[in-house]
Amino acid sequence: MAEVTGTGRVKRGMAEMLKGGVIMDVVNAEQAKIAEDAGAVAVMALERVPADIRAQGGVARMSDPDMIEKIQASVSIPVMAKARIGHFVEAQVLQSLNVDYIDESEVLTPSDYENHIDKWNFTVPFVCGATNLGEALRRINEGAAMIRSKGEAGTGDVSNAMMHMRKIGGEIRRLSSLREDELYVAAKELQAPYALVKEVAETGKLPVVLFTAGGIATPADAALMMAMGADGVFIGSGIFKSGNPAQRAAACVKATTFWDDPKVVADASRGLGEAMVGINVADLPAPHRLSERGW
Amino acid sequence: MKVGVLALQGDFREHSNALIACGVDVLAVRRVEELSNVDALIIPGGESTTIAHLAQTFGIFDAIKERISSGMPTYGSCAGMILLADEILDAAKDQKTFGGLEIVVRRNAFGRQVDSFETELEFKDGFPEPLRAVFIRAPWVERVGANVEVLATVKSHPVAVRSKTLLVTSFHPELTGDHRIHQYFVDQVARPAVKKVQ
Repeated sequence: MAEVTGTGRVKRGMAEMLKGGVIMDVVNAEQAKIAEDAGAVAVMALERVPADIRAQGGVARMSDPDMIEKIQASVSIPVMAKARIGHFVEAQVLQSLNVDYIDESEVLTPSDYENHIDKWNFTVPFVCGATNLGEALRRINEGAAMIRSKGEAGTGDVSNAMMHMRKIGGEIRRLSSLREDELYVAAKELQAPYALVKEVAETGKLPVVLFTAGGIATPADAALMMAMGADGVFIGSGIFKSGNPAQRAAACVKATTFWDDPKVVADASRGLGEAMVGINVADLPAPHRLSERGW
Repeated sequence: MKVGVLALQGDFREHSNALIACGVDVLAVRRVEELSNVDALIIPGGESTTIAHLAQTFGIFDAIKERISSGMPTYGSCAGMILLADEILDAAKDQKTFGGLEIVVRRNAFGRQVDSFETELEFKDGFPEPLRAVFIRAPWVERVGANVEVLATVKSHPVAVRSKTLLVTSFHPELTGDHRIHQYFVDQVARPAVKKVQ
């Protein structure tokens, strides 16, 4: 029988296997091993974590293939990597390296201020960020097989992640309450394809897995996002910019599984040492807000 | 009969939905108390290293191992296959399994995500129509012990095998809406074993 790769089911199914888990940003093989040992479901290989991209400024790009391959060689869990928004050649390079998922990410400097990558053209699946339902559905329409709410990466401030999860959830609930003949205008307002809007209205959820990201720094942050309906959590700078990465990583994994048990979250929160230094999103000048990248 | 789904990480909700469609009582299992309330168990797809890690951290690992070795009917898909194998190849450092099934499994045997695929499968134990099977970074069975029966293969590698009380598949029937594998587990593996105990 013919074997078919890169189908929607295979791409979206991969994200289903990550549910209830934590995906951690790592910049080298040692960190990747710490993440795997702590129970991460996948690692995101990148050259600088968002907090450093923010601090150092300049143009942030796809990582060095050597560095990605070293990380792939060091762990058995899936390895993801980031391409710039619209940079389909970076994505082709990452696919040729056999990464398991590509994050078309606003954390890197965009390469195209109008178009995103046509993700249907790839065998490897993509995850994309979204701040609201319309943006999520536009990305799915372009072929994204997984969505993450954006939050504000590299801040340790969870407020934007919270706002985006509430926004996406609220807009889904609103769609479910509409009459069928009102969905056309809803699609117009969301700037999203009618077929996807109708599907969400009927099922009451996105057609792909929804993770959350951006500013998650503590076990309680991770549990909060799960309680808000996230299928899982990306933690970027929050782990390896903290005092005790191995312990904090394991604690965030625990809190994500037992998000509905405050006792477990309390135990996981004990004695973790210093969390990453936070930046209030409100103090960030508008041009430095990453979540506003993406169209 | 009550069937538990190990709900530490992975696509446990899809397995629960498939079981509900098969008409059995379902319980999500994360704690030892919950495990003692079920007659059978499903270990879902997910990251086998993460599931094993969480099971140890939360003190349910040994209880599951013990129930399996004392005959609790159990079905594992993908990560679940790895966790039910007596031996794994290409394991992560110190990776532990519940074991119980006399097979040697190779992790990520079909390759990385770009190699993940779907295909039609012939299932040996009595499905007249072929099965659409979804393989995601899937393992395969490298060797089987004497009491293990091979139910389906891809390129001559076993991808579905069973013993008396244990069933494993490399693929994910919980993702396709075709509940025949779950029904098979309930009717052909779990019910006969549970009946015997009662």
